[in-house]
Amino acid sequence: MSTDEKVNEVSADTGDQDPITPSSGNDATSQADEDGATGPIILFFIVGLIASLIVGWVIFPQLLYSQKRQPVGFNHALHNEEVDNECESCHFFREDGTYSGVPKLAQCIECHEEVQGEDPEEAKFVNEYVAKGREVPWLIYSRQPDNVFFSHVAHVKTAQMECVTCHGNIGESESLKVYEENRISGYSRDIWGKNIAGFKRNSWDRMKMDDCSECHVKENINQNSVQTLKGGCFVCHK
Amino acid sequence: MKVDRRSFLSFILGGAAGTALSPLPWKLTDDFSIWSQNWPWTPVPQKGEISYVNSACTLCPGGCGISVKKVDERVIKIEGLKGHPVNDGGLCILGLAGAQLLYGATRIQTPIKKVNGRWQKLSWKEAITELAARLKELRAKGSAHTVACVAGSDRGTVPELFSRFLAVYGSPNFFRTPSIWDSYELALYLTQGTRSMAGFDIENADFILSFGSGLIEGWGSPGYMFRAKGLLRKNGGRMDQIESRLSKTAAKSDHWIAINPGTEGALALGLAYVIIKEGLYNQNFIDQYTTGFSDRKKRVIDGFPPEIVSKMTGISTGTIVALAKDFARARKPLAICGQGQGHLPGNLQEFLAVHTLNALVGNINQPGGVWAVPEPDYIDWPELEMDGVASEGLQQTRIDGAGSYRYPNARYLLHRLPQVVNASDESPVQVLFVVDANPVYSLQDTASVKKAFEKIPFVVSFSSYMNETTALADLVLPNHVFLERYEDVPVAYGFPKPIIGLARPAIEPLYNTRYVGDVVIQLAKELGHAIGAAFPWADYATCLEETLSDNWDTLVEEGYVVDAEFNGTDLADAFETDSAKFEFNNNEIRTLAGYNPVKAEGDEASYPLLLVPYDTMRLASGYVGSPPFLVKALEDTILTGSQVLVEVNPATAKQLGLSEGKTANLTTPKGAARVKVHLSNGIMPGVVAIPRGLGHTAYDKFLAGKGVNYNQLSSPVEDPASGHDAAWGIRAKLSRA
Repeated sequence: MSTDEKVNEVSADTGDQDPITPSSGNDATSQADEDGATGPIILFFIVGLIASLIVGWVIFPQLLYSQKRQPVGFNHALHNEEVDNECESCHFFREDGTYSGVPKLAQCIECHEEVQGEDPEEAKFVNEYVAKGREVPWLIYSRQPDNVFFSHVAHVKTAQMECVTCHGNIGESESLKVYEENRISGYSRDIWGKNIAGFKRNSWDRMKMDDCSECHVKENINQNSVQTLKGGCFVCHK
Repeated sequence: MKVDRRSFLSFILGGAAGTALSPLPWKLTDDFSIWSQNWPWTPVPQKGEISYVNSACTLCPGGCGISVKKVDERVIKIEGLKGHPVNDGGLCILGLAGAQLLYGATRIQTPIKKVNGRWQKLSWKEAITELAARLKELRAKGSAHTVACVAGSDRGTVPELFSRFLAVYGSPNFFRTPSIWDSYELALYLTQGTRSMAGFDIENADFILSFGSGLIEGWGSPGYMFRAKGLLRKNGGRMDQIESRLSKTAAKSDHWIAINPGTEGALALGLAYVIIKEGLYNQNFIDQYTTGFSDRKKRVIDGFPPEIVSKMTGISTGTIVALAKDFARARKPLAICGQGQGHLPGNLQEFLAVHTLNALVGNINQPGGVWAVPEPDYIDWPELEMDGVASEGLQQTRIDGAGSYRYPNARYLLHRLPQVVNASDESPVQVLFVVDANPVYSLQDTASVKKAFEKIPFVVSFSSYMNETTALADLVLPNHVFLERYEDVPVAYGFPKPIIGLARPAIEPLYNTRYVGDVVIQLAKELGHAIGAAFPWADYATCLEETLSDNWDTLVEEGYVVDAEFNGTDLADAFETDSAKFEFNNNEIRTLAGYNPVKAEGDEASYPLLLVPYDTMRLASGYVGSPPFLVKALEDTILTGSQVLVEVNPATAKQLGLSEGKTANLTTPKGAARVKVHLSNGIMPGVVAIPRGLGHTAYDKFLAGKGVNYNQLSSPVEDPASGHDAAWGIRAKLSRA
């Protein structure tokens, strides 16, 4: 059988049922589908893109962090005016060089044995904690993960760094901001930084490993750990 | 618009692209890595102020100084105190693990009493009132002497408060838990006339001949012995160990001489024979400072020639002769005895024989020798004023018969208490105080001890741990544990100088516990009259400070007071015997039963083997149970899973058809246990050994139900010379399970 014959056969068959319309109609539809589909496909792509961008940039950060309030309000600015030795008046170094961190009740009691002012937060502090001898479970914005070794004395005393360089202007704040706790790692948002993209404007905006090494590289300090003599891993990760 | 497969894929692609362009994946990766590097359930020492409290360890009578490291108010580490005369920075594993005893799960947190077999909490006031009412009633009935006390020691303010309380109440029944120091004290008293403690100047000796003493396994003060053994070695000194088993001490010695267990005294006498026969003794010392030498000489020469000793001990005559010569020719030879850590008093004649060896070479109260360290004398309380009931009660003989016609030399025979209680229709002890002791675990023949404790109507435990004795008690008045309390440490066993230590609280008590001294004082005040008057202090803290008044400031500052100049009393004044000399023989020694090896209980036909216990530093076998850290550190030749291993010589194992790792039944006349076989050439054929310190039924899951308590398989054997428990082992059989 020749090719022509085949064609004839086919056209004869189609001719018997519905010679033209259905086949041309079919062609037209598929053509239209293809043309029209490019639009929706791109649309779906864009919808997916935008949705995921919204999820990634807006919803995810909100889900990732839980919002916690400090147990008691605290006014750094007010206290800063009262003390002689700036930050170190309360956040002092112990005799052995270790850093005391957040003040303990014993220090606060030196002034706040009794309620002094009219601030309800102070009354709460005295009644809830001082009177009961309980330590305040402060939430610490700058607490680094346990696998990081950090020595305050090396930075503040030896390198003469200012507190502001890493902690910002917390000393001038009149209230304590909401503590945002990372639901996965359990650490404060301040470590990664408020900006979810990881951009920073100030030296204190973020305190990740890169921020530590940035300064160490710039100042050429402790770039090799004693143990390895190459790479500074063990400087912080003991 | 139709959503088909393509558009869905397109949506996903868009999503993927968007996600990649958002911080989500990078931030999640970072957070998960931080999380996984800081598992929140991994304990991390809290941050805070680091401080150290210098104190003394009271977990054993070793008297070591400790430095307790704290972060804020949490104890995180215990280390030996540098510069301390006893341990100078060293510390044993139990001391190092002490924080686990503070924070452990088995602490009793408040007074409790047993009502119908169940524990019920009660207040301190209720507890003391209830106990006082019971004591008042007994006293009114004329049964004051039926109140007894078992304490871990008889020195120091706490035991003295108890014995004072018993005396003024009207009972002579104060007991100290048994140990080799019973025999050492007696040996010193009989030969030198002093009530003193034996101290050993190991570090300055040049030849230590140890008759089974676990010098580096907890004998005496472990902290001192580790250090002194190191110094002995550094000075080129020699160490020979005579023991039926290759202990760690034997392994670290220059010579290990395997001996038939229980015949150590015979060897000491055999060595004396050679030394005397060959004229190797210190003629000057014998002539000037001793009497009774000829009696001793005759007894030794007649009874213990090397051939006979060789037969008894299984050691060749050649070895005996050579050892005797080496010992006598050494510059500073020092013989010591008491098995393992020294939990059992042993055979008095053996102690006399070993002590005599030191006398023969003139190494008494000399550098590198054995020193009679004076008893601490700082407790100088006002004379007791006894009322009629008290005087009458004190006239009664002690329940254990110590000091009576039958046991004139013994001061305490605690191992007899269960026997006497079980043999009586009504318990001769109506109320029993137990302080710093766990007799239901640590006395031999556990079943009989348990039976006796169940028969005693009212047992009061002062332990803060639910140990075996406390489990059988009726009332528990928990004491602060060692890191929470002040306490004087009047002695460091085996240390050659008089020393007093002060244990100080590292932290505030964690629970509603109370100083046992306070309880005694409050109880006395509640009973009133003469009893209350005998305790003039407001509380224990006042009592302690007043008692130590002269030394208090130094103790608080340094943690100890030592008589560093003490070099053994000058020989001319050292002996308080009638002759003012060292007495090889006197009327008291003459009346003692002569030396005979103590036989292990059980008949040879049914029990062909000898079972001996051994001690390891990695198990606490005193009144404190091993904290988890110790059990974790145990070798798998001691414990695998919860099964204890029995050491068997390969030859013995072959005869019994046993091989390594096979489960076997270990049976003695007192009990049976399932054990695992461990073949070792370090144990004599015919002898098998298991460790002390396992098989607890109390304490936590880390300790309870692991291995077998040796005491459950053994039983006390009375020393005919002293009445003390002289058992060193028991006959046993081992069969395939």
